[in-house]
Amino acid sequence: MDIPYTVEIRRDTGLTNGKIGIWLFLASEVMLFGALFASYILIRTGAPSWPRGDTILNVPLATFNTMVLISSSVTMVMAWASLMRGRFGTFRIYMASTILLGFVFLVVKYFEYSHKFHDGLFPSTNNFLAIYFTLTGLHMLHVMGGMAMNAYFLGPGAKQWKTDPVWFTNRVENSGLFWHFVDLVWIFLFPTLYLL
Amino acid sequence: MTSNHAATSDHAATSDHAVDIDKHVRIYITVFVALMALTIVTVAVSRFHLPVPLAVSVALLVAMIKGSLVACYFMHLISEKKLIYAVLALTAAFFVVLLALPVLTVHDGFWIRG
Repeated sequence: MDIPYTVEIRRDTGLTNGKIGIWLFLASEVMLFGALFASYILIRTGAPSWPRGDTILNVPLATFNTMVLISSSVTMVMAWASLMRGRFGTFRIYMASTILLGFVFLVVKYFEYSHKFHDGLFPSTNNFLAIYFTLTGLHMLHVMGGMAMNAYFLGPGAKQWKTDPVWFTNRVENSGLFWHFVDLVWIFLFPTLYLL
Repeated sequence: MTSNHAATSDHAATSDHAVDIDKHVRIYITVFVALMALTIVTVAVSRFHLPVPLAVSVALLVAMIKGSLVACYFMHLISEKKLIYAVLALTAAFFVVLLALPVLTVHDGFWIRG
């Protein structure tokens, strides 16, 4: 039996099921990160002193990573736009770029983490580092998840373009919504942890 | 592929799809430039070492502008269906409550201890 409303629009919602599904999932993600942000506020306001992020963390590297994620959001939306134009070859280039930029982000994060561990700075060192590693660690897991999803659509999942291009385009759009959300979270994490 | 395009989009089915997508692409590039510029602004402002309340306000304001650009244009929220707006409005309400929870601890949470 076919999955209903993957391509055609549901009359009651005005949307495909995939679209409403991904937005409901993102709503739960907002609450997940919201709980951690609330914890951060609680811990920070309750602390007698709190270090400025830039005295411990590497701001130039994080700025570079912010630009990398923003660029990956653009390549992601361009991948979807390419499918909308019917240009599968261009889609592959943009999607591969998105995955590559995600990989660059993770490599930079690896160097940041390694440097901290080398200096004896661990999540157990203090509250600032605990919240830093928790928030950025969870965010990194989301980057990995997004990359895995995008890699699927670039690799084996791309076969669907030949059999059902409309559904494939919708799936890439939904994957993009998740990826942009990951970018959006970082946009708030960056100043919160590194600059304040 | 034109027929695919018309059926694909939940949010912007028009008769001249190619022109529509071209317009979108130009917007994406503009938003990209704005996001890069705002990132530089955020870092530059942090160099002034403003008092914490002001620094937090400026950083969050810039982050909110950047976040809105991503949500409105990359995530197409600017032209989305009402149901999505309803879901997000509910989420935003709960999110605000969640962020306000730390306020309960003001003065050791005297007003919730009774």
